[in-house]
Amino acid sequence: MRLRALLAIVGLAAAGLAAAPARAERLIVSVSNHRVTVTPNYSGGELVLFGSVEKDDKTPPNRGNYDLVVTVSGPRADMVTRRKERKFGIWINTDSRQFLQVPGYLALFSNRPFDQIASPEVQRRQQLGLNNVLLMQRVGPDFADVVPNDPFRSAFVRLRSEHGLYREATSAVTFLTPTLFRTGIPLPAEVPIGTYNVEIKLFSEGALVTKTETAFEIVKVGFEQFVATTARQNGLVYGLVTAFMALMTGWMASIVFRKD
Amino acid sequence: MQLYLPIADIPVNVFLILAMGAAVGFVSGMFGIGGGFLMTPLLIFVGIAPAVAVASVASHIAASSFSGAISYWRRRAIDPLLAAVLLVGGTLGTTFGVWTFTFLRSLGQLDLMIALSYVILLTTVGGLMFWEGLRAMLRSRGGGAVTLRKPGSHGWIHGLPLKLRFKRSKIYLSVIPVVVIGLIIGFIGAVMGIGGGFILVPLMIYVLRVPTSTVIGTSMVLTLVTMVFATMLHAVTNHLVDAVLALILMIGGVTGAQFGARAGQKIRGEHLRLLLGLLVLAVGIRFAVELVIRPQDLFSIRETGGAPP
Repeated sequence: MRLRALLAIVGLAAAGLAAAPARAERLIVSVSNHRVTVTPNYSGGELVLFGSVEKDDKTPPNRGNYDLVVTVSGPRADMVTRRKERKFGIWINTDSRQFLQVPGYLALFSNRPFDQIASPEVQRRQQLGLNNVLLMQRVGPDFADVVPNDPFRSAFVRLRSEHGLYREATSAVTFLTPTLFRTGIPLPAEVPIGTYNVEIKLFSEGALVTKTETAFEIVKVGFEQFVATTARQNGLVYGLVTAFMALMTGWMASIVFRKD
Repeated sequence: MQLYLPIADIPVNVFLILAMGAAVGFVSGMFGIGGGFLMTPLLIFVGIAPAVAVASVASHIAASSFSGAISYWRRRAIDPLLAAVLLVGGTLGTTFGVWTFTFLRSLGQLDLMIALSYVILLTTVGGLMFWEGLRAMLRSRGGGAVTLRKPGSHGWIHGLPLKLRFKRSKIYLSVIPVVVIGLIIGFIGAVMGIGGGFILVPLMIYVLRVPTSTVIGTSMVLTLVTMVFATMLHAVTNHLVDAVLALILMIGGVTGAQFGARAGQKIRGEHLRLLLGLLVLAVGIRFAVELVIRPQDLFSIRETGGAPP
């Protein structure tokens, strides 16, 4: 609960900052599919995000060099990063760090490198890039994020990236016209199930102009969904059915392969 | 053909898992063992979390030992009373094993414990089997008769109280060592995801002096019940049994076992023991090597809390 409240405060603070610049532009976005279904033969896929920058009469006429950063974050969960060390001649897990409510999937896309879009200060405040995204850790009794080159944080980001679950691409957003843009959102096979938030931030001359949000969900359907929820919610029934299935298979085998 | 496993949460190739089930089934049919000690490491090797592998293999072994137990029952090669007494210990051991499993998992040392117990158990048992098989082979080559034990010799085991007459096995024995052996097998079965047949059979032959006519059938009954029980407990406490994975393994396993059993009948007993010893030893050494060499990645991530509602 404490953490939830903390995150809410962070969220409010971010919203307050975003409201500061005058809203002269509006972002209109849509993803190609709001509901991705994971079927038995799911082996990854890609969503496409489309959008356009709508100007109104308050827009300064000479404004045109827009920069766009898209942040996709998947369902949040607690994770532990462990480090192995050599003890008594064997490699065992010794030190560990707990990451609290971090996204299971995190992708940051932009039209050009983050350091060309905004100053380091803005990059940090707007969480541009994997190095600047807030990854809350439990540090003793406190909750905090640490410096990007902290060994546990960088190992965490690296391992997630190796599985395609964390990614950063600074040329993924393409402007089709000066105001119309698109980007692909790759989803690997082991993508976590749940709701994904997509945050689109528009920058111009190093400052945030406006931002908007959309979402999509990844769901297991049919048999997978049924098996996974039954296992979690009706452990006893699930166990009984599995054990019964085992006995039936064994019995069938003894009938089929009976020698006499 | 790719299939998404609902509990393991990864896509796998069905034919790969089926082939693994069949290969392990072949070996288990050949040696008359459950094969869990081969199946669990193989599943870990293809990327399934050790905890899910251990829990799912339990149901796979239940299936293969049930088909075995049925055929032994038809041949009246099962001692019901001996099986019942073993089960008293086995059930207790399994409960304690699943509890330990849950506890180690919360500590984050489950993978290490699984690997360590594999190393210790497999290298010891494999080494002993190999040595015993080698000696028996040399003796039979030298022309002498192969005597595994002297018929009249009674150890301290046979001096224990609470004796019971096991009619079908034709032995008169205290229940204490029987319950203790059941307890050990149940415990390691639940923690390591193995049926324990390859330890139970030698223990019954050398310690309890159970005649070979009933030993394999009776040990299969113990394996069957402890593994059904372990499946249930893993499903209820840890929610880690992947039924889809288990079903593929079972189908491959029971098929492979039939061919393995036929192949096994063509090989002589000492050779079979020697081969099994080598196999067990090799798996143990593989785990040992993995612990000793520097891992490719020192860091690992494990999800601890599920996604919030």
